[in-house]
Amino acid sequence: MTGLIRLTLIAAVLLLGVACRSDQQTVARYGVGRPATPADIAAWNIDVNPSGEGLPAGRGTAEEGARVFAASCAGCHGARGEGLPAAPALVGREPREGFPFGESLKYVRTVGNYWPYATTLYDYINRTMPATAPGSLTPDEIYAVVAWILAQNDIIPPTAVIDAASLPKVRMPARDRFVPDDRQGGAAFR
Amino acid sequence: MTRRALLVGGAAAAGTALLGTLPSLVQAQGSPTPSSVARQRPLGEPTSAISARSSFEQPARTPTGQVTGASLSPLQEFSGTITPTDLHFERHHSGVPSINPADYELLVHGLVDRPTVFTLADLKRLPSTTRTYFLECSGNGRTAYRSPKRELTPQLIDGLTSNAEWTGVPLTTVLSEIGVKPGAGWMLAEGGDAALLSRSIPLEKAMDDALLVYAQNGEALRPAAGYPVRLLLPGWEGNTNVKWLRRLKLIAQPNMSRDETSKYTDPLPNGTARQFSFVMDVKSIITYPAHPVRLGRHEWVQIAGIAWSGRGKVTRVDVSTDGGATWIAAELQKPILSKAHTRFTRMWRWTGEPATLLSRATDETGATQPTLVKFHEKRGQGTDYHFNHIRGWVVEQDGLVVYQVDA
Repeated sequence: MTGLIRLTLIAAVLLLGVACRSDQQTVARYGVGRPATPADIAAWNIDVNPSGEGLPAGRGTAEEGARVFAASCAGCHGARGEGLPAAPALVGREPREGFPFGESLKYVRTVGNYWPYATTLYDYINRTMPATAPGSLTPDEIYAVVAWILAQNDIIPPTAVIDAASLPKVRMPARDRFVPDDRQGGAAFR
Repeated sequence: MTRRALLVGGAAAAGTALLGTLPSLVQAQGSPTPSSVARQRPLGEPTSAISARSSFEQPARTPTGQVTGASLSPLQEFSGTITPTDLHFERHHSGVPSINPADYELLVHGLVDRPTVFTLADLKRLPSTTRTYFLECSGNGRTAYRSPKRELTPQLIDGLTSNAEWTGVPLTTVLSEIGVKPGAGWMLAEGGDAALLSRSIPLEKAMDDALLVYAQNGEALRPAAGYPVRLLLPGWEGNTNVKWLRRLKLIAQPNMSRDETSKYTDPLPNGTARQFSFVMDVKSIITYPAHPVRLGRHEWVQIAGIAWSGRGKVTRVDVSTDGGATWIAAELQKPILSKAHTRFTRMWRWTGEPATLLSRATDETGATQPTLVKFHEKRGQGTDYHFNHIRGWVVEQDGLVVYQVDA
């Protein structure tokens, strides 16, 4: 008798389990969404990574970039990229030694003394700048203005051509200053 | 329809007229009668499509900046833990876009088996989940750290944190729809605003508790919160919770985008800069009493505030009224949710002596808020984000509460 009750209980639990599962069907895939076409991906896929993947055809030099900068960037960043209240400084290598930005606010962080990757310049200008008309610059204009900013920071010679092959090879002064997050929670404050 | 509008308008006008005559009635009786016991009662307002706040309550955000800017949440106005949706802080880099949900599409591609475009309707067809989480800008507290002033209020100190109930699809569900390929270690998340803001997110977080949310506090996201879909990464710095989400790309290594190199990195006194410092540390702030409140002598005061941690649940909040010489455990209002604001309270009687009120939260990992001195020593004056040191309020001789400038 006790055995029978136990069996019945087990059966009821099993049935209940089945019932619960059938309430909300869980499957590996629902097949929602439409397949993305190569054209979809090409239209959206604008990012550039440090290996240079994503950089388009085109080229530019600092000389050409000076004109682009004066026309599209200087209004907010200043004629020499020195920064204005509207937008941060882009040019400046001080201090030439060390990386004292955590200790004090004495030095202004710029592309020249703080940015670890040159490819970030293309990616960011292409997606966000100029702030009042993002998306308005051509690849040649972006390469040129990237060349100008790098040259103003004494990172490339003024005559260097910046394109998809040369930009990833530019080594930024702050390249090795960045470390992974070592905070882990727990009693030790880092 | 017109007739109904007329009727409603008429009722409102009648109500206003009655309200208008009330003061003279009170005067006529010679002694002011509280409205709660008045014999004659004016008719109230009619029903309405949208419920408005009492005209006696006017909480407001503090918008700063123009297109690139933030609106700070009025923490001192809140009870409980949920931030009213219209008072949730906002922060954006190139303005709030207007996106028609009928045109909304999300591309998920990169190292995946099936690159897929999802509409909003597609995402809503998937099994949904609802969770409560705080969101905090990682620069929250910068003003108080860099340029502390006695006149700072909770809103001006820490108004870039808010807490809401979010509804959407677990990201794991979407990832199993498209199939993640081996070799994918990160995910680029990109917004559809003018900035096309992008962040690289480790795949572990995507597989853990990340959500694609389309609702906040029971209704569609507000435009400033990422309408129609945003990424929600519980406990992680605000900017990684990419709004107006238009693209997710599974990638092997991070893209090193501007907002994970030039910005949102933490220079340290040892000559390095911490990168991908996603988690918001344990933190708390007393929101009452706080500037510009003035306390009365010998009155009981309910010290109240909020505590939160990006690493899980808040397990305790200690309160000091003597500048940290002694500490007492505050009451924590339940339920205590992981990665969500938790309200704490503690009754206290101000005797009239100068006092300094502090709160110190501890989370389930055992992490606790450092003093300002310790924070300064470890992180340096130039650090830019993750300001979670203990905040203090000084009660002056005349009862005025001011922000503690020198700890």
